[in-house]
Amino acid sequence: MSVLPEKEIHAALTDGRLQSAIYTATGRLIDKRKAVTSAAALPDYQELRTQANLIKRHTIENLDYYLELFERNLTSNGGRLVWCRDGTEVADFILKLAKDRGARLIVKSKSMTTEEIDLNERLERHGLEAVETDLGEYILQLAHERPYHIVAPALHKTRYDVADIFTKKLGVEREEVIEQQTLIARRVLREKFLAADIGISGANFLVADSGSVTLVENEGNARLSTTAPKIHIAVAGIEKLIPRAQDLAVFLKLLGRSATGQPLTVYTSVLSGPRRSDEIDGPDEFYVLLMDNGRTKLLADPEKRQSLYCIRCGACLNICPVYRKIGGHNYPWVYSGPIGAIITPQYHGVMGDPWLPFASSLCGACAEVCPVKIDLPKILLDLRAEVIKAKAREGKNRLEHLTFRLWAWLMRHPKLYEFAGAAGAGMLGGNEGWVDRLPIETGPLKAWLSERQLPAPAPKSFRRLWRERRRSSGA
Amino acid sequence: MAARVSLFVTCIIDQLFPQVGLAMAGVLERLGYEVDFPEAQTCCGQPAYNSGYREEARQVARHFLDVFEDAEYIVVPSGSCTSMIKHHYEDLFDREPERLQQSRRINERLWEFSQFLLEVAQAEDVGARFHAVATYHDSCHALRELKIKDGPRRLLSHVRGLELREMDPPEECCGFGGTFSVKFPEVSGGMVRTKIDAILRTGADTVISVDSSCLMQIEGAMRKAGREIRALHLAEVLASR
Repeated sequence: MSVLPEKEIHAALTDGRLQSAIYTATGRLIDKRKAVTSAAALPDYQELRTQANLIKRHTIENLDYYLELFERNLTSNGGRLVWCRDGTEVADFILKLAKDRGARLIVKSKSMTTEEIDLNERLERHGLEAVETDLGEYILQLAHERPYHIVAPALHKTRYDVADIFTKKLGVEREEVIEQQTLIARRVLREKFLAADIGISGANFLVADSGSVTLVENEGNARLSTTAPKIHIAVAGIEKLIPRAQDLAVFLKLLGRSATGQPLTVYTSVLSGPRRSDEIDGPDEFYVLLMDNGRTKLLADPEKRQSLYCIRCGACLNICPVYRKIGGHNYPWVYSGPIGAIITPQYHGVMGDPWLPFASSLCGACAEVCPVKIDLPKILLDLRAEVIKAKAREGKNRLEHLTFRLWAWLMRHPKLYEFAGAAGAGMLGGNEGWVDRLPIETGPLKAWLSERQLPAPAPKSFRRLWRERRRSSGA
Repeated sequence: MAARVSLFVTCIIDQLFPQVGLAMAGVLERLGYEVDFPEAQTCCGQPAYNSGYREEARQVARHFLDVFEDAEYIVVPSGSCTSMIKHHYEDLFDREPERLQQSRRINERLWEFSQFLLEVAQAEDVGARFHAVATYHDSCHALRELKIKDGPRRLLSHVRGLELREMDPPEECCGFGGTFSVKFPEVSGGMVRTKIDAILRTGADTVISVDSSCLMQIEGAMRKAGREIRALHLAEVLASR
């Protein structure tokens, strides 16, 4: 169980360079997204969102059917589907395959699903070398950090940070120009692509009616990872299904725009099985590892299963005022921001990180930008209620619960409510700065007051003033 | 005969900002409405609902419904409380069909203040005069749950002597979030500082909103930072002449 990482959050909030890095990077993504989803740029944007939501809903409600359809079509394309319950089964399959084929070097394109199960660490423990080939992921792999952001994993790193990392880990001369840094990474990674035995990717979409894996990217590394090595393994969650190839017309319009503000990413690959005899490029073996790892738990909840609609665009992270303050590493799992706050408790149980659903002002900005219309604030509210229930079952949280019980009782007794209010006002009414004189040294009130002043209760409540007003007007 | 408007002033305005309730009553009376204040009213239940205490929220919500059962119109000086009643009572009473029906009946007559002025009273110009350079803060629940965006700006555009300037970015949360600001004071504080920077960049001397809770957060942080900017509810501006 994690507790609120107060110290780490404080550290993030008081790190001026980090704050500015997060705010600038997310701000740029917000602006770009806004420009390409405006009514002028994309008149049917709202209809597309509705359509995407309906397609995802239909797919998730009929997931058993589409999973089997996908397996049939993938198999007839010459690919092989492997059902995996969790990360261990994913790693075991890859390790066995690597052993059978004598493979040692793996190139990986960016995949949150493999981050979710710490795949690199699992493979490295058994002597395999797994190299991240997305630039951001590569930087973080060198720095031994987990992604800061679903789409822009190294969003918190400035070019000076990258210069430090490259100098230290690659032994190259210090280089602070981004283009030059990219070339350094490119030189290292080219060698890896050419030597790799296996390429591992995630999947942005699994198309059921064609049995294909769809990948979107900007660097070309996913295309290289999936075509250069003799073996391609795509690791994907079972929620990645969409029914038809034509549905890509909806999702591709939304994903690039929502994620990076691009009408379309630079590369879109639709991979349907291994290389055919008349083709030059492509792997000899093509596997799709379909992983559950807790997703069926989400599927079981009719209200909250919409969390599985997520296409991992990261728009909710960029717009979230909490993410923009605390950053990606203060969330308990690899999925950060609003989407992390709703799925982490569902995967790990609400008592895993009981503070997480409360870490939101419920401003609703996330739901407004979500391309598949997940009702994130509502799910946060539901999770809060589940936390409170779970705490009550465990006999925790008694004081807060009692406070709310008393409060609710008071709110049903207007006379007593008025009396309590008047008593407060009698003591403090009109007395600005009253709390500053209270002997409070610690606790939540102290923290609250470090940021803002609390207004004094009005000397007379509205109801009292209303009565006086009516009397004086003779009513 | 003049239509009768019942005020639901909300607990925060009742206890902390009664002048906002009086201002709202004044504007409505000026428009010819007969205004009353059902004295048994307290709170909509949102603090408990947002904190995960569904049963406690339900108890308070039932009380609200009983108090306003017979009101002709209910007008509320808060986007957040209006949205709680309009949207979240649906969820609270999803297993109490009678309460759900009662809630829906009442919701047909329930209005957030600025929406009531524009859609029911159809009064874009209420004859107000107020000398200030102001910026309007979009409170999140008003903006995103009630789609209140242009309305308050239209109302303010008719106030004589008032110059309205837009913030950039305009729609960021002030960081209040009720118990959020208590449980995560430092994060909430960081959010309001960002908000205040946006307000200051406009050069305005007054910030206006349709939610007093946001204004409390913004004004409290302004004072802590030693900034002298007035935070006023829309009703207060529209009531002045």
